[in-house]
Formats: sequence, structure tokens, C-alpha cells
Amino acid sequence: MSSTTPTPPDELAPALAHEEATDPFTIAGQTFTSRLVLGTGGLPSLEVLERVVRASGTQLVTVALRRVEAVPGGSMLEVLERCGVRLLPNTAGCMTAREAVLAARLGREAFGTDWVKLEVIGDEVTLLPDAVELVDAAEQLVAEGFTVLPYTTDDPVLGRRLADVGCAAIMPLGSPIGSGLGIRNPHSIALLREAVDVPVVLDAGIGTASDAALAMELGCDAVLLASAVTRARDPERMALAMRQAVEGGRLAHGAGRIPRRWHAQASTAMQGRPELG
Amino acid sequence: MTVPITVNGAPAELPAGATVAVLVAERSGGHDRVAVARNGDVVPRSSWATTELSPGDRLEVLAPTAGG
Repeated sequence: MSSTTPTPPDELAPALAHEEATDPFTIAGQTFTSRLVLGTGGLPSLEVLERVVRASGTQLVTVALRRVEAVPGGSMLEVLERCGVRLLPNTAGCMTAREAVLAARLGREAFGTDWVKLEVIGDEVTLLPDAVELVDAAEQLVAEGFTVLPYTTDDPVLGRRLADVGCAAIMPLGSPIGSGLGIRNPHSIALLREAVDVPVVLDAGIGTASDAALAMELGCDAVLLASAVTRARDPERMALAMRQAVEGGRLAHGAGRIPRRWHAQASTAMQGRPELG
Repeated sequence: MTVPITVNGAPAELPAGATVAVLVAERSGGHDRVAVARNGDVVPRSSWATTELSPGDRLEVLAPTAGG
């Protein structure tokens, strides 16, 4: 028996995991240690919102503006301020560049931030982005000093055009908003990641934790999701699952996965195999 | 004398000379951090008290809410 006291794995691994999984990333000079961006829509109460935000570990959450009579009472902003998260106003529901630019300006007025999640929707059935209006709006908002994070398709060429007009990050969809279909074209997401120098945030389509992990394994810098958590049977538990999936995917991306092989490759050496037959 | 306007898509009337500040006080429903658009442009909070409503103005009075 060796007299060396073994180091319990629990003391080593989490330290490494924590350091590696929380390696920071930066959008427009703002550094985040959480790579999970959370949408807030669809939760039953502010109490659940607070539990979900805390479980997710997020540092950036999306918010919206709606007509006063349609907005429930209670101060969502107080909850979010208490959680210490940064706000990312969206332009959800806008269908033209003109509408989206005005929505962004109103968001800046209400929330006191020049960050904007730019959504310009071209179709109410699929909620897919309108590429032409999106680039137009992005260009105008960048010129007005906004930090623009556009929700876009997984087209690497469009992603590059958005980066070229000065967007601070590119946010491609994995599949349509709220569909939970996951990442339908992983290859395209990986190509988009290669095509731009700004952060890529996988936005929309995430259904469950493995989808979020895949996004990170493909090289995305962060994941933005809402429905997958807010419409889960247990939103708080799913928020924690997403946090760990994003961290796991990030770790796996950094660790370097093995190449895929057509046939098996034994991990136990054949050399020295005993004759047991 | 009243000023006929449209607020959040519905017809409304306010006393002549009413400002955006008057409208917000009437409509904000306890929400803070309200934002106002008038005829497609933002009315900054600093201008609410000095921006008089004109007949036919289209106003949007908006409040922060959850969203994805």
C-alpha cells in the first residue's frame, strides 16, 4: 500500500471545471463569466422569474416594451436589478427596419441602455428574420451609437454582413423561435462561427439541455434561450440544466473532441492480451 | 376644448394644452420607466412636460415587460 494520501477527485475536478467553464467572454467591452443569456418571456410570476434567473447564473437577460395596459403589475425591473443582471431590450414583433429602429430608441429611453437585441421578423408563421430589413436597421442603429446584437438566420454570409456594419455580436437561430427543434444545421452554425470575429450567440430553437451543449461544442460563445426554460414543466430546474449544459459544452469545445470514426477503435490495448480460450 | 388623439391604438381626448407629461400621468398605471412615442418618434422623458399634444397625434405609451 502506498502511504500517499490520494487527492479526492471532488477537490480537483470542480476547481478545474469552474475555472474552465467560466472563462469570460466579452461583448462590446463588457465581460461576462456566464455564457447563458436568458429571455424572460412566458413565466407565471416574478417570484419564478427570480428563481429562474438565479438558477441559470445568467448575467444578461432580454426584456421588452409593450403598451401599458397589456403589462402586468409588479416591478420586473426591481427583481432583475436585485439579481444584478444586465438588461438587453429587444425589438420583438417589429417587421420593418423603421419599426425596429424606433423600438430600439424607445428601449434605450426606458431601460437606460444602448444595447439592443435587434429582431426584424419577416414572417409571422416562422418568425424568421427579414435579412434586408435587418441589415438596414442594424446599420442605422450602429450609426446612432447602439450596441447591436441581431437575431439572424444561420447564414454565414448574412452573419458577416451584419458584422461588417458594426454589430457587436451575431445571434443566429438554431431553429424557429419557440419551436424547440434544436440546431437544425450545425454545420452552418460552425461556418458562421468561423466567418466573423465578433461573438456568436446561438439564439432561438433550443429545446433542451443537449441543444445548448451542442451550440457551445460548435464554438458558439454563448447561448440565448427563453421558451426552453420558461415553458418547461419545472423552469427553475431547466434553468440549472441549461447552465450546466452551457458550461459542459464550453468545456468540451476547449477539450477537443475525438474525430468520428466509421469503425470501432479499442481503448484497451490489444498488446499483451492473454489467451483465455 | 379638447384635443382628439390616438393613444395605444384607441381614440382619446385630453384637455387643450395637455402635454405628454399629463398623458403619462393619466395612462402609466403605476408603471415606472415608461417610454413614449409620438407620431413615430421618441419623446424623451426630459421633454414630456414641454411637449404639447396636437390634434391627430398618435401616441404609444409603453412599459417594461418580460420578453425573449
